[in-house]
Amino acid sequence: MSLLDINLNEFGERRQSLAESLHIDLPLLMGIIALLITSLFILYSASGQDMSMIWKQIIRFVLALIIMFVLAQVSSNTFKRWTPYLYVAGVILLVAVLIAGEIGKGAQRWLDFGLIRFQPAEIMKVAIPLMVSWYLSEYPLPPDGKRLAIAMMIIAIPFILIAKQPDLGTSMLVAGAGFFALLFAGLSWKLMAGFSLLGAASAPVAWYLMHDYQRQRVLTFLDPENDPLGTGYHIIQSKIAIGSGGVYGKGWLNGTQSQLDFLPERSTDFIFSAYAEEFGFIGVLVLLAIYLFILARGLLIAVQAQDTFTRLLAGSLTMTFFIYVFVNIGMVTGLLPVVGLPLPLVSYGGTSVVTLMASFGILMSIHTHRKLLPR
Amino acid sequence: MPAITLKDHFRETRMFNIRVVIVLIFSLLAILAIVVRLVYLQIIENETYTTLSEENRFFISAIPPTRGLIFDRNGVLLAQNLPAYNLELTPERVKNINATIASLGEIIEITDDDIERFKEQLGPYNRFKPIPLKTGLSDEEVARIAVNRYRFPGVDIAARLIRHYPETGLMSHSIGYVGRINEKEMSHIDKTDYEGTNYIGKTGVEHFYESILHGHPGVQQIETNAQGRALRSFEQVPQEPGINLYLTIDAALQKVAQEALGEESGSVIAIDPNTGDVLAFVSTPVFNPNLFVAGIDHKTYAELRDDKQKPLFNRALRGQYPPGSTIKPFVGLAGLETSSIEADEPVTCRGWYSLPGDKHRYRDWKKTGHGVMSLHDAIVQSCDVYFYGLASSMGIDRMSNYLIPFGFNSPTNIDITGEVGGIMPTSKWKKEARKAPWYAGETLIAGIGQGYVLTTPLQLATAIATLSRKGHRMRPRIVSALENSNTREIQRLPPVPDVAIGVVNEEHWNQVISAMQDVAHHWRGTAFRIGKDSKYKIAGKTGTAQVFSVAQDEEYKEEEIPKELRDHALFIAFAPVENPQIAVSVIVEHGGHGGSTAAPIAKKVMDQYLLPKLEKLSATTAKTPS
Repeated sequence: MSLLDINLNEFGERRQSLAESLHIDLPLLMGIIALLITSLFILYSASGQDMSMIWKQIIRFVLALIIMFVLAQVSSNTFKRWTPYLYVAGVILLVAVLIAGEIGKGAQRWLDFGLIRFQPAEIMKVAIPLMVSWYLSEYPLPPDGKRLAIAMMIIAIPFILIAKQPDLGTSMLVAGAGFFALLFAGLSWKLMAGFSLLGAASAPVAWYLMHDYQRQRVLTFLDPENDPLGTGYHIIQSKIAIGSGGVYGKGWLNGTQSQLDFLPERSTDFIFSAYAEEFGFIGVLVLLAIYLFILARGLLIAVQAQDTFTRLLAGSLTMTFFIYVFVNIGMVTGLLPVVGLPLPLVSYGGTSVVTLMASFGILMSIHTHRKLLPR
Repeated sequence: MPAITLKDHFRETRMFNIRVVIVLIFSLLAILAIVVRLVYLQIIENETYTTLSEENRFFISAIPPTRGLIFDRNGVLLAQNLPAYNLELTPERVKNINATIASLGEIIEITDDDIERFKEQLGPYNRFKPIPLKTGLSDEEVARIAVNRYRFPGVDIAARLIRHYPETGLMSHSIGYVGRINEKEMSHIDKTDYEGTNYIGKTGVEHFYESILHGHPGVQQIETNAQGRALRSFEQVPQEPGINLYLTIDAALQKVAQEALGEESGSVIAIDPNTGDVLAFVSTPVFNPNLFVAGIDHKTYAELRDDKQKPLFNRALRGQYPPGSTIKPFVGLAGLETSSIEADEPVTCRGWYSLPGDKHRYRDWKKTGHGVMSLHDAIVQSCDVYFYGLASSMGIDRMSNYLIPFGFNSPTNIDITGEVGGIMPTSKWKKEARKAPWYAGETLIAGIGQGYVLTTPLQLATAIATLSRKGHRMRPRIVSALENSNTREIQRLPPVPDVAIGVVNEEHWNQVISAMQDVAHHWRGTAFRIGKDSKYKIAGKTGTAQVFSVAQDEEYKEEEIPKELRDHALFIAFAPVENPQIAVSVIVEHGGHGGSTAAPIAKKVMDQYLLPKLEKLSATTAKTPS
């Protein structure tokens, strides 16, 4: 009908498929479902064939998918309106957690509402990209010095609050999410180089400010054999699990490292090692391909986004997800220090799944709420 | 005033797209880094990590060998291995031992003794080896622990074979017992041979034959999980069980001998003079060797140790007693052989003896004296004065040099650990050991088996066995056959002869033996009470060993002296005289007189052994002219 081969209805709107009318991005959904199925399989093995764990995780997946679906229906303008409130609410909750932690005398990451245990840092994984994207999109890009400074303040406040919990892994990840929004907004390379240098120079200061267990993690990362039965045990056993998997793996349910309990945290943070042990190098390549596919799809959504806000948002949410993947795999393979991050959508647990699916919901929303006509 | 900049959508989009491409490139590089890392781990270093994961999974563990069994000469089981469930703690895997024991104590009963015993064994030397906290768990206790075991890492129930002595105390001094390997033993055993074994022979036959009783451990590969719990095992080298031992002991005879001693402390040794086979080896009181297997607690041990009767003391093997008059036949023989006397040369006994130029009176046990004595009479009636004179005329060195070949003075080399020798003094010995010259008076009392002369019951038994065979000396032994536990193949050990006693005149043996026969069979004999109704001929000699010296002007009155200072009663004998089958030595500590206390015990032992054999024996004896 049209030269552009786009189906239009009588109101000039594009004729929609079922997926489009449900505001679902099929390629992204397929990638996600692939991960979820992989997760259930490896979880079944890593949990020692514990079906109750599988059912719990299925329920979490279903809940997360519903959240994703609901968010996909919301238009980006609505997100834009919510953004400042969400961010402020997140900061207040982080402060609340710190105060509760002071009272409870110890590390505190959770707010316990009785029925739901809630980790406010998780909100920030979505709220920071939203807030930075929202703030920067109001002004021409690249941002000038003043806007940049304010944007960095937006990142720094939750970063410090989360780091004080203390949860260095999550705080770095949250800062990373904000950083990617800045990067996509056109932060100059010179400035980035400057910040990197500053970061390197401040390493001793960071060392000084670190908690003992954090220092220990860094030391263990540098030399895991130094403490083979203490903190180094995790990483040594993880490397043994991955390395002994070989090209083809030991086979599903046959990983001795995970089945015989040698691999710690094998259904949560170290699930990648359990996977690599049983499915081998080939299995790992398949898993990486799925992640890469989701990354590519997310970036494509960002490129095709129609305004600055959604563009920055899509870009930074996708990269947050990818950083998650990289840091977790880097950690279990001994490339990075152990920071305690789950493998996105595969590790057992609910919090990160909900957050990630929420950001996928936002991505889908961005993609499916585009105006027909190009900008 | 801030410059108003307008959004340049085209420029922004271009910049954004470039940035996306750059980020994508970096992401691909990151993925590449991971892939390279995985190639390194999973492909290049795969073999290393596979080995490491196998090492994680498997550990090589020893299968402890089954200890050899011990039987008596007729196949009666004397030492066996019983399965028992032990509650064991591996110190290395238990974080807080006291707390763990306390909470285990809430599930099953753990006594203070158990804890004390455990603590004693909790040495610093092997924290990886499980140590039993409680042994011999009941089925109910096993079940209770099993359901709670997840709460106690490092706590296991182990099914082990535990040494058990079914006859309890019967063989406590000959077989001995096994016990936990201690630090000292740890340092000189082959550790690979004792991998997985907690027990080692401590005393007696268990110790002497440790190397063959123990066997050799097998090796198995055990798959474990991270908590060290064994999941599956793959046997690789089977264990080689220890050799079974057949003792020369006749358990029934042993029992009779032990019961004959009754509540007395003392010793009974019975030897087959033809082979050196020890038929009975009794030292009383006995103790229960099973107490030591599990690890004895302090209180029980202290009770045994401090018991006045010293049940832990192996009298048969280590008790050194003056032989008293039992030495007289040997001294008489020495006198004849050294031509110091003629057998029928009369000596008058007035009840005392004095050395020339010395007023000291060496008294005879019979105050009034025995009158005119020949050697024969002197042995039969145990005249001291006769032997004072004989010893004096022989001199200590000539006498001792003749007696030492009978085995006095040195251990008999029996195959039981812990034997000590006695003393047969010489002037040289006294100079070296006591730094003093030999006095003539000391020769006199040596002649009646007092003074420096000390013998063990085993030595006496060996000596009388040698005498019964007219100088053919057999080394006493307690193990006569070895049995391979797998093939049931029995290897009989040949009897070992020791250096025979050289005799000048065969007749001398007969003279002494005939005198010893009259000890039991002549109405004047000191052991006539056992010989008068005997169905076979006994040759014996009674003895009384002084524990307490009676001053010159005092008299020894048995009833007035406390029991622990009374004389030891001794008796040595062999039978039948014409064809010796059994030689016996009996010592009853503080038993008084040899003839009344010790001789009847020997008679019971000889009856038990000989009566069933008499018919067969008389048939064989009839052929040889006597």
